[in-house]
Amino acid sequence: MRVSVLVRPKPGILDPQGEAVEASLRHLGFAVDDARVGRLVDLEVDASDAASAREQVERMCAELLANPLIESYEIELPEGS
Amino acid sequence: MSTEPRPRVGVVVFPGSNDDRDAALALEGLGAEAILVWHGDDELPDLGAVVLPGGFSYGDYLRCGAIARFSPAMRAVADFAANGGLVLGICNGFQVLCEAGLLPGALRPNMSLAFVCRDVAVRVERTDTPFTSRCETSQELTIPVKHGEGCYFADEELLAELEASGQVVLRYREDDNPNGSIDGIAGVANAEGNVFGLMPHPEHAVDSLLGSTDGALVLGSLLDAVRDRALATA
Repeated sequence: MRVSVLVRPKPGILDPQGEAVEASLRHLGFAVDDARVGRLVDLEVDASDAASAREQVERMCAELLANPLIESYEIELPEGS
Repeated sequence: MSTEPRPRVGVVVFPGSNDDRDAALALEGLGAEAILVWHGDDELPDLGAVVLPGGFSYGDYLRCGAIARFSPAMRAVADFAANGGLVLGICNGFQVLCEAGLLPGALRPNMSLAFVCRDVAVRVERTDTPFTSRCETSQELTIPVKHGEGCYFADEELLAELEASGQVVLRYREDDNPNGSIDGIAGVANAEGNVFGLMPHPEHAVDSLLGSTDGALVLGSLLDAVRDRALATA
């Protein structure tokens, strides 16, 4: 099952990458604000159903994919699963 | 010439470590027997202390230090620390200790997003630790940093806890914070006091030819602690 994990810097965490991207976008003339840069991890998970896939990926996030002190994560499963 | 045995200090070599030999050389120069420990070893030799060196372990993929903590040697280091063993993490080693949960907090990209490589002034906040006993209270040390991700972060609650329990051991001088670390934190210890990590590189400040010998105060303190412990158990 194809699963995506979105990892974001938590609100309030200084994100210099986001600031640099925002400054560059403004430089290009785009009216943007509050840019934040996170990470996308796409995974093929060996699971028979969505609940089991989510449970596995939750553990992956807790153990490796995100640092809970500074990052939040969101798990996306295939639509309709 | 003293005949007492030299303190045995292990320096863990991860793929991508690049200050391992510098750390070993600095420790040897201060009278230690430095032993390089391969990351794939699941057992440590008989050691008085362990140093996790600077570098870019496992390419610093995902987050700095995030992968290194799964190496067999790190499991052994975690056991060593849990039994009260002295562990010093320098730069990438500090990042590894935070990721491994052996030290509180996390290290984020420098506020400037630039890699910083220069001498910094750090103030010693605690001298009653195995890593700073040769320093004087509030002594200012000149030690180089060289990192892209050294911005120490702890949330409000953790920060209050660290300050209250005196776990902040080193702080950048107010006008010399190279990375945006919260409260200028340059080095922290665990609650038990046997694990310590810092972003500056003491092993690069042990020879006046290189501009400063203040790093020897940190490494020398560690060796003193190893000697004291050996005497206490002899």
